[in-house]
Amino acid sequence: MLIRPADPFTAAEAFGMELYCTEEGENSVNVIRILKQSIREYKRASVLAPVMVTGEVILECIIPFVTARLINEIKAGSGLQTILIFGFFLIVMAMLSLFFGVQAGNYSASASTGFAKNLRKDMYYRVQDFSFENIDHFETSSLVTRMTTDVTNVQMAYMMLVRLAFRSPIMLVFSFIMAFIMGGQVAWIFVLVAPILGIGLSLLIWKALPIFNAVFKKYDALNDSVQENIGGMRVVKSFTREDYEKEKFNARAEDLARDFVYAEKLVSVTNPLMQFCLYVVVLFVMSFGSWLVITSRGSRLDVGQLSALLTYSFQILSSLMMLSMVFVMVTISVESAKRIAEVLSEESSMKESAHPVRTIRDGSVDFDHVSFKYSPLAERPVLSDIELHIRSGEMIGILGGTGSSKSSLTQLISRLYDVTEGSVRVGGVDVRNYDLKLLRDQVAVVLQKNILFSGSIKENLRWGNPNATEEEMKKACELAQASEFIELFPDRYDTHIEQGGSNVSGGQKQRLCIARALLKKPKVLILDDSTSAVDTRTDALIRKGMQEYIPDTTKIIIAQRVSSVQEADRIVILDKGRIAAVGTHEELLEKSPIYREVYESQNRKGEEEDG
Amino acid sequence: MDKKRGAKHFLPTLKRVLSFLFSFYPVLLPVTIFCILLNAAVSAIPSVFQQKILSLIEKSWREGNWEGVAPEILRWVLILGILYLISLAAGFIYNFLMATITQGSLKKFRERMFNGMQDLPIRYFDTHSHGDIMSSYTNDIDTLRQLISICIPQALVSFVTVATIIFIMLYYSLWMSAIVLIGSVVMTRVVKKVGGGSSHYFIRQQQELARTEGYVQEMMNGQKVVKVFNHEEAAKRDFDRINEELFRVSEKANRYANILMPILANIGNILYVFVAVFGGLLLALKVPNLSLSGMALQISIVVPFLNMTKQFAGQVGQISTEITSVVMGVAGAERIFALMDEKPESDKGRISLVRCEEKDGRIEETGSRTEMWAWKKEEPDGKTEYRRLRGDVELHGVDFSYDGRKTVLSEINVYARPGQKVAFVGATGAGKTTITNLINRFYDIQKGEIIYDGFSIYDIRLKDLRRSLGIILQDTVLFTGTVMENIRYGKLDATDEECIAAARLAGADDFITRLPKGYETEIHGNGGNLSQGQRQLLSIARAAVADPPVMIMDEATSSIDTRTEAIVQKGMDALMAGRTVFVIAHRLSTVRNSDVIMVMDHGKIIERGSHEELIRARGNYYQLYTGAFELE
Repeated sequence: MLIRPADPFTAAEAFGMELYCTEEGENSVNVIRILKQSIREYKRASVLAPVMVTGEVILECIIPFVTARLINEIKAGSGLQTILIFGFFLIVMAMLSLFFGVQAGNYSASASTGFAKNLRKDMYYRVQDFSFENIDHFETSSLVTRMTTDVTNVQMAYMMLVRLAFRSPIMLVFSFIMAFIMGGQVAWIFVLVAPILGIGLSLLIWKALPIFNAVFKKYDALNDSVQENIGGMRVVKSFTREDYEKEKFNARAEDLARDFVYAEKLVSVTNPLMQFCLYVVVLFVMSFGSWLVITSRGSRLDVGQLSALLTYSFQILSSLMMLSMVFVMVTISVESAKRIAEVLSEESSMKESAHPVRTIRDGSVDFDHVSFKYSPLAERPVLSDIELHIRSGEMIGILGGTGSSKSSLTQLISRLYDVTEGSVRVGGVDVRNYDLKLLRDQVAVVLQKNILFSGSIKENLRWGNPNATEEEMKKACELAQASEFIELFPDRYDTHIEQGGSNVSGGQKQRLCIARALLKKPKVLILDDSTSAVDTRTDALIRKGMQEYIPDTTKIIIAQRVSSVQEADRIVILDKGRIAAVGTHEELLEKSPIYREVYESQNRKGEEEDG
Repeated sequence: MDKKRGAKHFLPTLKRVLSFLFSFYPVLLPVTIFCILLNAAVSAIPSVFQQKILSLIEKSWREGNWEGVAPEILRWVLILGILYLISLAAGFIYNFLMATITQGSLKKFRERMFNGMQDLPIRYFDTHSHGDIMSSYTNDIDTLRQLISICIPQALVSFVTVATIIFIMLYYSLWMSAIVLIGSVVMTRVVKKVGGGSSHYFIRQQQELARTEGYVQEMMNGQKVVKVFNHEEAAKRDFDRINEELFRVSEKANRYANILMPILANIGNILYVFVAVFGGLLLALKVPNLSLSGMALQISIVVPFLNMTKQFAGQVGQISTEITSVVMGVAGAERIFALMDEKPESDKGRISLVRCEEKDGRIEETGSRTEMWAWKKEEPDGKTEYRRLRGDVELHGVDFSYDGRKTVLSEINVYARPGQKVAFVGATGAGKTTITNLINRFYDIQKGEIIYDGFSIYDIRLKDLRRSLGIILQDTVLFTGTVMENIRYGKLDATDEECIAAARLAGADDFITRLPKGYETEIHGNGGNLSQGQRQLLSIARAAVADPPVMIMDEATSSIDTRTEAIVQKGMDALMAGRTVFVIAHRLSTVRNSDVIMVMDHGKIIERGSHEELIRARGNYYQLYTGAFELE
């Protein structure tokens, strides 16, 4: 009979798992403690599954025992009645075993998929409570992997645990006992052969696992490079590097295949090893067993028991095989479990006020001696000693080179991050004392990294205000200069936006994002380089609209273009995390060399010609 | 997102996979198949010998005469042992060879996919989601792997085992065989029902998994936006819905898969009882046996029959567990073939680009590395025409549409003389980038013509055309590797000095030398550790080292802040000197010093001229340029 190999790759592959290695992580006890909390309503199924499995296994072990008796009865020439009685017993047992088996299958399926569901849910919920600092801590792609592949791995291992981890040892023990009951001395062969298989399998696993781990890393690297190639196809083609890419890929694929073949050859021994052990047992049982039957005239062993012994030999060896597979699967899933536990044990770094303030008086913003570091370990602060007071309704422009911490400054206002020193006040109250939800509703930020979600334009706009009326949406889009192009779409406001907004241009995306923020009717509106892809004319129209229609809203505009901030009430020049100058356009032209330089670089020739 | 549908052409695809495998390993594969068959056949035979030995025991156990039967029993045991050795050897060889065949074939499939993919037109990449293409390299290859390494050998084994067992059973007793066969028909029915349900839900599970992944990907990507908009609760609600659906189908899929084995095992058990009772009945009633061997029915036949019943049932069980994998494997293969079958870029060009030198006013091809290039046109009559590469590009009455319906460009006329700087300005979506996509033939035009140094670009060999054009794209793409390697991508045989010089020219040297390991700093994941501006500087350096006569700069400096841009301007000017340059930029300060500026609107060129001329004309350009100041 052919036995499934306990090759870790095939096993992993069969269940769609991926092998991983991570360097850091919680220790295993903690991991189990953390993950256990996600079992919840599936505890019952998780307990019942092994119970049912036990029932199934016990029956599976007794059935050959009874069939042996049946064979003996047939052999002894017993009447049909006796055979029928045994047959009836056997069918009843088969029915029972079927019942237990189906129940075990159902319960283990519910337990494992339910557990997986809860793990995904718990991780997702946890991420929703993450602060920006927590979000920065994890890469997007790694969070996605944790919620998909890693959970699938754990799910499979869990299913194996509740099913096979009980099944195999019980089967092993029972088969041993039954073999001894039936076969007496003959059963000693199992005691001899089983360890050979056990040790052989352990050796293979011990040797092959690290190799597979290494090969899988290479495999991932290869796929990453394919991904890169697809993403960079325009560059590949414009430099006509197709052949170079082919050579590079083929060399890597060759290398990978070589490693894979080596690793797989190593585990290709498992199948013959299992067969070898089985054959040794069969030969022994056949020769020694028949000697025993004949010499004892059937008193110490008879024909029926002889064939039952063969059945048990198969059961013993295959449960060893199963056990090794469980071991491999669990080992593989440990890394996944650790990665899941990392997310589940991540505490949100933002503490909410116990007695939050629930109203915001106005849109004034005050920075009092604010310093800020992204990480307490960072040597240099990103912002140092910021002293800035913005009146409600003011329009403030913020200008500065790359890395001058413009975004960091504004992110403190809606408490996306907490200050390291000093305080930020909105409407005269420290932001840390507000109800966080209220604060973020009243301080709208259009992030530099604009994101639209798949869904209609309307659905996207409603992020700003779930109850917004059509009128309000249209008004916001007019202000953001978005209504013009929306009206040109055949489905207008019902136009479907693809994931990441890939079916609208950069400028259109930015305008939709502004409209979305405007719908919040915030007291403070922050535009973080939000019009960089919008042409100057539209850019100016947006600002003009805001001045006219939301004069009471404090507007803070981060920009690259001087023209975007030129007519602001005041312009703040940031340089290396400090305020270098504050003033109106004219004042800054006078006193700020940085401002003058930027202005001139953008308007150099224009001035000469127009003048 | 319909990634995991079943195969549309199951049999043809399976046949194609097999014919590929045979063509990859014309010798090794038959050898392996032979070993598999041998292994399977020999594994099925023991029942015969078991029967021989048992009948011997049965004959002699009452007498207890071991010496009498020992030689015969031991002879059968020996033969059995020899058969086992053969089976072991065959098993070992096939497992061993299978590793080579599986991984070797996968490698070849991968290479064919990848190599074919390099020659596909850009349109393919623009119209297919990159995730879907990637999934052929990961998911589809993985399912194919299962198909090759497990399913196909398993199918062979099952087939042989079942055939052997049926033969042996018929050899012994027709009546008993009938019972087993009827039982197996019942089993296959059950397998079809349960297994079908299982594969249905597994395919659904894959779909739901992909959907969940897509959703999580999107939300994790926009997590900061979620926070900014207090959208957490709504995000949880949406996720719960998707998560619940995934749970529903994966629970079902696993249930079906889990209960299949117990059902089969116990049908096997029940079958076992039926065979036993039936056998007993036949024995008791002394029904005349019908068999190929002509043997009478006796206990020594009934007993091995029972074992064969189990083996038979086991085999049916084996087949059933593979059904899902086969379906998924073939579906995966179908998608792999779909990628392999994509039509490559058409290239009918005959004119090639060669290095040349000038001798007595005539251009001659040379093998040595000169800085001079020429177009080489071989006429059908054997004459060869050489023409200096100058970088003269003209577009005449070009119309273009991506999908054949919506016109993106119409009646475009552009004349770029060697060394000129031509700029395109206009709103997003006006068609600026599209024009450059046409010059380097990322897309082919529908009407009009594009002339390069007097030749239609369609007569020039595609690779040579692109080699003569340097492009700096809006979305900078860097590859995993060192900074140096990334710059060298522009010219593979460039020395370190050449790369550094190019970096200096592009103004990238300054920040590179401040990186922890300078030029040897590793770049990962498209340069995530660099700022967008730094990445742009690097891609400018990469284009500079390629030193092409014509350059296209699509928003090449959009993320470099104006201060830095002013600093690198000198380098940029040096880079552009002596070349024909097409510039696309938002920032008017970038295009101001162009020889000619094309103002585009809705796929048409609405104004053209130098900056001074356009300002004087007080038209659209003037509006754009001064719009910010003169709204009223």
